[in-house]
Amino acid sequence: MIEFQSVTKNYGGDEGLSNINISLEKGKIYGLLGPNGSGKSTTLKLIAGLAYPSKGKVIVNGKTVNRKIASEVVYLTEVDMFYPSFKVKDMISYYQTQFSDFSLNKADELLSFMNLEPERKIKHLSKGNRGRLKLVLALSRTASVVLLDEPFSGLDPMVRDSIVKSLLSYIDFNNQTVIIATHEIDEIEPLLDEVIALREGEFIGKFNVEDLREKEGLSIIDWMKQTFKE
Amino acid sequence: MMGEEFQASKPIYMQIVDRIVQQIIRGELLPEEKLPSVREMAIQTGVNPNTIQRTYSELERMEVVETKRGQGTFITEDEQMIKQLKVNMQIGIIEVFVKNMKELGFSDKEMVTGLETYFERKRGEDDD
Repeated sequence: MIEFQSVTKNYGGDEGLSNINISLEKGKIYGLLGPNGSGKSTTLKLIAGLAYPSKGKVIVNGKTVNRKIASEVVYLTEVDMFYPSFKVKDMISYYQTQFSDFSLNKADELLSFMNLEPERKIKHLSKGNRGRLKLVLALSRTASVVLLDEPFSGLDPMVRDSIVKSLLSYIDFNNQTVIIATHEIDEIEPLLDEVIALREGEFIGKFNVEDLREKEGLSIIDWMKQTFKE
Repeated sequence: MMGEEFQASKPIYMQIVDRIVQQIIRGELLPEEKLPSVREMAIQTGVNPNTIQRTYSELERMEVVETKRGQGTFITEDEQMIKQLKVNMQIGIIEVFVKNMKELGFSDKEMVTGLETYFERKRGEDDD
């Protein structure tokens, strides 16, 4: 359902990609791993139609990615994209006007799941609750591709736990594919089906988390330590 | 529940199989008791639902659980099976013990004597 065909992306700096070939299936949770600057964010942007390949093709749901793909892809950025003076409920209404697949019912359910107060002003939310609100907005859409860029970054274990549980509760595994870009694989390894590893813009491996344990007796962390130590 | 440690050397689905079997042996899960749905179990443990599905399939293959169409997954009512699980678990633990002792150079006889001495001393301590 997502395919990279010989994709190269040149930037001035180092966040590019070179000759990437991968294909991702429906109904799975993928971890996109690699150190900072390895091309994780670039990979997500290419799927979300926020950047285009210099060479090759990115195909999502059978279509070459262009601007219009935004209706089929949820993209949660690493940075906050909130208006601080908005209340939580204003942010929800704003999202509803922006995305036709946004479900108010699901948003309400998620708000109470995450213990977020709709009348609260965003500037008064803690960092953890802003992280939770981002997940509420992302998971209230029914789009078939869900991209999460560093959703756990800088959040305490309680918040991470509520994010993991919300993913497991609200992802529609029959229709959605999730890609989580992270350098904090530690606690979320059991959440993942497969892992894709990048280094300096190059693809270095894709494997099933359980196969790696079964065949090599390694966790993802072990494998990463072995692979990235040079 | 989440953030529970899993060993690197064994697939996660098998580690959850082991946990459920241990709960049955300890009587925390009773014959004919219903297990949580795959999704509920995934949420409780913070583990991928495809992994949990594999756990349930493996338990079914082992005949430890039964899936009843439209009703869910249940612990077997076969008490004999549960006794067998207990015996298998014991054998497994003994195998690891014996292997470790052999690697340290202990003979079978020394292991038995060692165990007997250990239990005697333990009884002595308890009597104090």
